Amino acid sequence: MTDQQPLYQLRDLSKTYTRGKESISIFKGLDMDIQHGDFIAIMGPSGSGKTTLLNQLGGIDSPSSGQVVFEGKRIDNLSQGALAKWRSRNVGFIFQFYNLMPTLSAAQNVELPLLLTGLSGGERKKRVKTALEIVGIADRAGHKPRQLSGGQQQRVAIARAIVADPKILLADEPTGDLDRTTADEILGMLQQLNTELGKTIVMVTHDPSAAKYAKRELYLDKGEFVERGNRS
Amino acid sequence: MKQLFAVIGMNVRSIPQRAGMSIATITSVAFMVAVLLGFLAMANGFEKTINGSGSDDVAVFLRGGSQAEVNSVLAREDARLIEVAPGIATDESGDPIMSAELYVIVDGTKRSSQTEANLPLRGVQQQAVNLRQNFALTGGRMFEPGTAELVVGEGVIREFEGFDLGQTIRLGSNTWTIVGTFSTGGSVFDSEVWADLGVVQNLYQRGSSVQSLRARLTSPDAIEDVRAYVEGEDRLNLDVTSEREYFADSAGGIATLLKFVGWPLSIVMAIGAFAGAWNTMYSSVDSRTREIATLRTIGFSGFTAFMGTLIESLVLALLGGALAILVIYILFNGNSASTLGGGFTQIVFSFEVTLGSVISGLVLALSVGFLGGIIPGIRAARVPLLAVHQN
Ligand SMILES: Nc1ncnc2c1ncn2[C@@H]1O[C@H](COP(=O)(O)OP(=O)(O)OP(=O)(O)O)[C@@H](O)[C@H]1O
Ligand SMILES: [Mg+2]
Repeated sequence: MTDQQPLYQLRDLSKTYTRGKESISIFKGLDMDIQHGDFIAIMGPSGSGKTTLLNQLGGIDSPSSGQVVFEGKRIDNLSQGALAKWRSRNVGFIFQFYNLMPTLSAAQNVELPLLLTGLSGGERKKRVKTALEIVGIADRAGHKPRQLSGGQQQRVAIARAIVADPKILLADEPTGDLDRTTADEILGMLQQLNTELGKTIVMVTHDPSAAKYAKRELYLDKGEFVERGNRS
Repeated sequence: MKQLFAVIGMNVRSIPQRAGMSIATITSVAFMVAVLLGFLAMANGFEKTINGSGSDDVAVFLRGGSQAEVNSVLAREDARLIEVAPGIATDESGDPIMSAELYVIVDGTKRSSQTEANLPLRGVQQQAVNLRQNFALTGGRMFEPGTAELVVGEGVIREFEGFDLGQTIRLGSNTWTIVGTFSTGGSVFDSEVWADLGVVQNLYQRGSSVQSLRARLTSPDAIEDVRAYVEGEDRLNLDVTSEREYFADSAGGIATLLKFVGWPLSIVMAIGAFAGAWNTMYSSVDSRTREIATLRTIGFSGFTAFMGTLIESLVLALLGGALAILVIYILFNGNSASTLGGGFTQIVFSFEVTLGSVISGLVLALSVGFLGGIIPGIRAARVPLLAVHQN
């Protein structure tokens, strides 16, 4: 990675929710850069706006003011359609509750992002297989989500997030629903994706021991960042 | 396209997850289509029977202004004057092909319900058989003139008890012997019982009067000559119609009536089925909100979410429609039923499930599916992306 430019530049980012007459400011004037190849853990108390921030990075919510710059281009002012296209090319999402399609097999779930590309059926199959192998669950390719454990489902979800080779992985409490051992496996895998495949990852977590897997820990409180540790 | 098929596949495969509601929707669509098809099958069958009953080259003579046979009285003198009218066909021996007829209403017992129902006993002359298209004896022989013998139409045998060949039957105060069965190829005459005109006149004290005259014309156009003759003859006060017109006028309205009952009834049921489809699709969208949001987050378009929902709804409706068509076809097609015909007698006819009515049924089903799916589809397209975080 020789890019001079950061992957993300957040500039004076503010988000305010209005509920009736009340308006709640989640964060105000936030500035942050995310470099290629980084692995950031965002921590903070419940309601501090961690998910809200991740939504801005992922282009599924727009800021009230300020800019989200991705590879030098603003994404906060893109149309819905352009954003959808941008997401499909650049972002892999990982959720706390996996968000797999219950009627599809593991392989079919992983294939979903590839349906938005021009890849042939054969090429898609190959990539799905590779992604499932990376997360170590190729032997369950034909299983439906309900036939899989939580940890296995999250592996499938991670395979889905990486299959189209996005530039950023955004994970919201990816181990929030898992026991310690399984959580460690999943976190180890994310770490591997970061160190070995160079994936840039932003992960939201409540859990300090989960945050240890990241290169950087950011603490979000009252709309401000507090840097906690830097192990890279 | 790939994303569209994938989403549609997911929608359709998720139907079993809402089995109860989906089955209710399929059933309500099925009932609606079944009612429509049932009525249309009746109307079509009835129409076919009526249309099959009339010939263009048979003229029917009734008392002027009487409209139906039951209201008509003709004298022996009338028949003599008609015999010599121009345009009346003759047989090999030069006799006019003509039958003076009289019918009375008798009671029979219906096989299905064991209840009494009216059926016509028609007194006819020898030429009557030559005045019905497709007349054929299907068993036994014709009655002997001057005897209490009956020949019975096939429709009567199907629907009524006690009319089998060789049996004797009491009709009113008279006992008859059934010596033959006949078919006219499904026309209204199949719902009649025939005997010798003279015997019927005698037993029912009608003297020498009849109700109608039927005569074969040399050609369908000859009816104009006959009309001109009747109008120019002061001693005759008769209405002359072709047999086809006669049936179309007197009974054809019933087919129209059946359609006019069938359609509105189906439309009312369609409203119910529509509400059911709408409700089911709403619950489909609601139960899949997070899934839909997840797909949108990955980059799938709102349009695919809309189409997935719409097509799920169409699939449910189509299943309902197909079910109804299958059931109606198996249960009803070709089965006979009877209804009041012109002149308050039973006309036996067959249900006729036509391609046209099947198409009507499917179109109605798909319309319900379309309308029931469209608003939920819009809701699906508008699922907020932030719903991905819902638990
Ligand atoms: N769509 C919304 N409308 C109004 N308020 C919202 C909306 N989404 C979030 N909020 C509010 O914004 C604040 C931040 O929410 P957010 O989900 O980002 O917090 P969080 O840090 O992710 O919390 P948690 O750790 O519980 O997941 C909360 O007070 C929440 O109630
Ligand atoms: Mg959160």
